[in-house]
Amino acid sequence: MSRTFRFWGLVPAWALMLLTLIVPILIVAGVSVAERGAYGGFDWGFDITSYRQILFTEGWTDELEFDPKYLAIIARTLIFAGAATAICVLLALPVAYYIAQQSARLKIVLLYLVTLPFWVSMIVRVYAWLIILGNDGLLERVYRLFGGADISGFLFTPGAMITGMVYSYIPLMILPVYASVEKIDPALIEASHDLYGGRWTALRRVILPLAAPGLTAGSILVFVPSLGTVLEPMLLGGGKQLMMGTLIQTQFGGARNWPFGAAIAMVLLTLVVIVLLLNARRATRQAEVAL
Amino acid sequence: MSRPSAIEVVNVSKRFGDYTALDHVDFKIFQNEFFTLLGPSGCGKTTLLRMIAGFETPSAGTLLLNGKEIAQMPAHKRRVNTVFQNYALFPHMTLSQNIAFGLKNLGWDKTRITERVGRMLEMVHMEQFAARKPDQLSGGQRQRIALARALAAEPEVLLLDEPLSALDLKLRQAMRDELRTLQRETGITFVFVTHDQEEALDMSDRIAVMGNGRVQQIGSPKEIYEDPGNRFVADFIGDTNFLDGEVIAVEGAQATIRTALGTDITTSHQGLSGPGPATMSIRPEKIGVNEQAEGALFDATVRSRNYMGGFTHYTVQVGEVTLRLSRRNAQSHQDSLEIGSTVRIGFREPNARVLGQ
Repeated sequence: MSRTFRFWGLVPAWALMLLTLIVPILIVAGVSVAERGAYGGFDWGFDITSYRQILFTEGWTDELEFDPKYLAIIARTLIFAGAATAICVLLALPVAYYIAQQSARLKIVLLYLVTLPFWVSMIVRVYAWLIILGNDGLLERVYRLFGGADISGFLFTPGAMITGMVYSYIPLMILPVYASVEKIDPALIEASHDLYGGRWTALRRVILPLAAPGLTAGSILVFVPSLGTVLEPMLLGGGKQLMMGTLIQTQFGGARNWPFGAAIAMVLLTLVVIVLLLNARRATRQAEVAL
Repeated sequence: MSRPSAIEVVNVSKRFGDYTALDHVDFKIFQNEFFTLLGPSGCGKTTLLRMIAGFETPSAGTLLLNGKEIAQMPAHKRRVNTVFQNYALFPHMTLSQNIAFGLKNLGWDKTRITERVGRMLEMVHMEQFAARKPDQLSGGQRQRIALARALAAEPEVLLLDEPLSALDLKLRQAMRDELRTLQRETGITFVFVTHDQEEALDMSDRIAVMGNGRVQQIGSPKEIYEDPGNRFVADFIGDTNFLDGEVIAVEGAQATIRTALGTDITTSHQGLSGPGPATMSIRPEKIGVNEQAEGALFDATVRSRNYMGGFTHYTVQVGEVTLRLSRRNAQSHQDSLEIGSTVRIGFREPNARVLGQ
């Protein structure tokens, strides 16, 4: 009885996974090898043109020419997502450490403030940065107020995109880093000072190693959605600097090339899976060392 | 005294807002001494220890380490190491790495560090555990590694913050002996903080009894037990009977006190300048019963009895006065005193103490 229950009891969970995860991925994979329809959409089939298109263009005489234009977009996506993750690490560590030092009451308030932006629509939050960074926006006005030259052009730059990504995803870094930093016994910092270590030693040899689990978890939580982000490059990058997310979006939208969009989506999914696999392998290796 | 001092606490006060943790504390700790700061929680002993370690700075006064002023010196520049209450071993490092931590920071070269770490592990009998992490150790083993880590760099003073409080009773007893031996062998000054008077009496060369942010008395274990300087010390160390009374005569080191017992007692006093209200203290084990009764004698009624194994504690009544006394159970089938029976009790007058209010 318990054996049948074990099977039937899990059916809802399996059904949910199947319908909302496996089936959609299979559909996207199917579309990525379909043929482009004459009037948009697609016709089922098996055709690797879309994948070939990522690396090559067809010349006048049907010969294939290597074209790095999409590779550049993939590289840019990796670099921007990496930069956003790195900046999140640098900002989140002091913030999380500061929160961990506060009284229990203040901790709750500060953590609530960190998560507060999540209650506002993502689009609204990114639009807010348009107003801050835009022509004659808040940043330029403040800059002029302090005697800065009359400059403009913060918006629609890689800097604006990365700023937006850091802003959107940094709570996902602060929370896990806080969780591991909060557990550090203050006596360990004192022990480090007691044993002839200055502040730098305490940070490098005690705080950072003990915060590492949170930093890794946070990095994955920031890096993975940064790879697929759409709003920041679209609104703050002005669509000038394509990233994989916006590329996929334009293929399904304006360009009406569903199979190519699906192929890029599969590449993005592969990148994400590689990141998660690398992390899983590192975690098991660490668990083995501990035994 | 001409013994060189390892630490001089010079008129130190420490205030946290309105709260005074240390109030004009002033004393010396000699070199190669096992010195204990003993007191109830909140007496300032831990604040003082943290000040010597460099985790607190005095609000007033100063501290000298082997003659050098250290009150404002950061913790990592002081040749002082601490065994923390919960050991504070670095959980992400092996035992060897824990012990090597301070040596690396001091810039020792690799071979010298390896050699010293090996010797420290040997000293605490933990050689075979070198590659383990702290969470794979028992409490006693962690304690040993914390000691090895703190002693590795041969500090001028070793501070121990209630290091035995996390251990079970049997282990605690064994670690007391180990600590004492270690102190003798290394010749390093140990400053030990505890609220456990038995630990303090057992291990220390000298004890500073602290209470209410002040040093109440400094002396050898025997001095503070037998000649408590005031009522606080007599009350905190061991068990005693207090009898409030009136001093009717003071002659040199001797005072005569009249209490509700009825008989005037003449014995040594602490801090009296002349007649006036005072307190007499007599310890329970110094009161004899029946054939052991001598000195000042009284008829008493037995009120209660607590059998403790090695001893039996009684409360007896003499007129209006209730006294506690303890009898050693020297024989296996020793008769105990019956509750309600009348017995003869007595103590020799020099065993009592007269304390100022």
